[in-house]
Amino acid sequence: MRVTYPHMGHMWICIKGMLEYLGVDVVIPPPSSKKTMQLGVKHSPEFACMPLKLNLGNFMEASQMGADTVVMAGGCGPCRFGYYAQVEHAILNDLGYQYQLVVLEPPQKHITELIGKIRYITQNRSWFKVIKGIRLGYLKASAVDKVEQRAYYSRPRELRPGATEQAVKKALAKIVAARTPEEMPAALDAALEIMNGVAVDQHRPVVRIGLVGEIFTLLEPFANMEIERKLGNMGVEVDRSIHLSEWINDHLFMGLIKNERSSKPAQEKGLAYLGHTVGGHGLETVGSTILYAEQGFDGVIQLLPFTCMPEIVAQSILPQVSSDLGIPVMTLIVDEQSGDAGMITRLEAFVDLLTMRGDTPQLKDRNFGVEECPQRMRGHTSA
Amino acid sequence: MYVYLGIDVGSVSTNLVATGEDGTIKHSIYMRTSGKPIEVVQKGLKLMQKSLPIGTKVAGVGTTGSGRHLAGVMTGADVIKNEITTHAIAASNVVPGVQTILEIGGQDSKIIILRNGVVSDFAMNTVCAAGTGSFLDQQASRLNLSIEEFGPLALQSNVPVQIAGRCAVFAESDMIHKQQMGYNIPDILAGLCAALVRNYMNNVGKSKEILPPVVFQGGVAANAGMKWAFEKALEVEVIVPPYFNVMGALGAAMLARESTNRRKTGFRGFQVADSDFCSGGFACDGCPNICEVVEIQEGGRVIARWGDRCGRWSNALAKEEKIS
Repeated sequence: MRVTYPHMGHMWICIKGMLEYLGVDVVIPPPSSKKTMQLGVKHSPEFACMPLKLNLGNFMEASQMGADTVVMAGGCGPCRFGYYAQVEHAILNDLGYQYQLVVLEPPQKHITELIGKIRYITQNRSWFKVIKGIRLGYLKASAVDKVEQRAYYSRPRELRPGATEQAVKKALAKIVAARTPEEMPAALDAALEIMNGVAVDQHRPVVRIGLVGEIFTLLEPFANMEIERKLGNMGVEVDRSIHLSEWINDHLFMGLIKNERSSKPAQEKGLAYLGHTVGGHGLETVGSTILYAEQGFDGVIQLLPFTCMPEIVAQSILPQVSSDLGIPVMTLIVDEQSGDAGMITRLEAFVDLLTMRGDTPQLKDRNFGVEECPQRMRGHTSA
Repeated sequence: MYVYLGIDVGSVSTNLVATGEDGTIKHSIYMRTSGKPIEVVQKGLKLMQKSLPIGTKVAGVGTTGSGRHLAGVMTGADVIKNEITTHAIAASNVVPGVQTILEIGGQDSKIIILRNGVVSDFAMNTVCAAGTGSFLDQQASRLNLSIEEFGPLALQSNVPVQIAGRCAVFAESDMIHKQQMGYNIPDILAGLCAALVRNYMNNVGKSKEILPPVVFQGGVAANAGMKWAFEKALEVEVIVPPYFNVMGALGAAMLARESTNRRKTGFRGFQVADSDFCSGGFACDGCPNICEVVEIQEGGRVIARWGDRCGRWSNALAKEEKIS
């Protein structure tokens, strides 16, 4: 059995660590690229969102490398993504690929359901070993997130352009190299030491932008055209509302690990505008925007794949949040397009807007709101 | 005399503006890009040099528009800025206190909201080109009208016909049906303008607070029918500034003045108009992304590269420059 799984940012590090610890033969598809996209687009339903197309492309590329089993997240709750594992499996079957499918779903009742699935992939290793493997995966995810967060800080402040990028590569290599949970603390220390070695100008003024939206487009740099790096190079310190370790803890461990970053506060905040979960991360998007406003961020960018329903719901609520809390919000919709000139123009203009607002203190504290505007008009007036 | 040059290389038009030290426009040029940005920028520079008094010195250059990086490396620009910021800066200088900018160009349309002279919000059309200049151009030529006749004719309308505005495809077939039923051309054109404004308000202007003074600029602002339709929809006066079609370039010139404050310009001189620039491209084979890398050469020497996702080519050049 040679197991593969789709790409979502640095998730491969965490799953590879877990599966290899359990003695599974893992095939990592090549990083998502234009070729992946072309393969996926060719064989997917047109109306599906970009994550499905990229997943499918990943599987097709992995198959050429000898993979025969697909491990995929799924389940009821997120959005139509919950059904993608089955759809992708069916498409692969039609195309003649011989793939076994294992869907890792958030447990309905208890974490043992998840462990059972993992035991199947690992051909019945002991419970103890499986739990240790999951722990290794979680530790790796958490370490990767810490490295990324350091990069958010140093990228806009680095003294030598490109220093952060090189450090991230080296730091991630340390985390990838750790083979057991016992090696992880040392690997994390080494990785953070590399990140701290990036020379920065602490006093450089930076703009702070929170990234919210759909998990796949947030986490996968190919999908969001490396928005974190682009913004960082424009002198922006970003923060991402969703991190992998937090998602694992919230959804797969059902909050088992305490005192870690969680999406709970965002969900609670979001209730003020959206009394309900709407699937995906719609509620969290609204809530995280509120949290970023409260934490004094200069702006928020929402990312979503074209046709993403939960995020469209959130998108229609964000203008209200934006005007209530006085925080500029911009929405970027990504799809197959590969030209990034349009995106750069929008990002630059948004950063200009935030910088100019920041230089004008009276504007920053002000809710550009209703009272002062007697001739207020909404955009929907028609001729 | 010292002047500041602003160059706006857009998808449809390329504009050059020279402003004096006081920010007034000395000369402006509006040209079609015709898919050849390098030649057009060179031609524009030549025309500009001819029309400025002999002995004029350029104290700063700014470039904007989708071809801003190209024009920037060609001329040695002091500032390379996106078109949203330059449009906002130009409008707030020409119409002090402006709170809303409606901008419709050849390939894109945008709305910029300003409060207290600072951009507070903006939006650009993303997936739809229905409300842009190219569509009007196309419809005018389908009716055998020049785009210049479009506006005055639309204003002669008494009863604008209702035309579907959500999508250019629907709008076109609706127009054809109305035309075959015998409605006269002015009424159809006026209906089309109203439909485009509806489309603009729903796509770009949605959930934006549109407060006066409202400025309408970009190439489409030349169309009096569109101005009429905006005024009808918004129920406020819509101002079309005198240099509505070169506002991006004007903003770039203003930024160039700001950025060369107590600093020498990087302008490489009008002689770049005679340099032998050529752009070429190649597909990088470093990874499966197969990025299409663009290379700009001047007299056989590579002066700029872009288009690579990872920075392998663009950064390589930056390093070479640092060493030399």
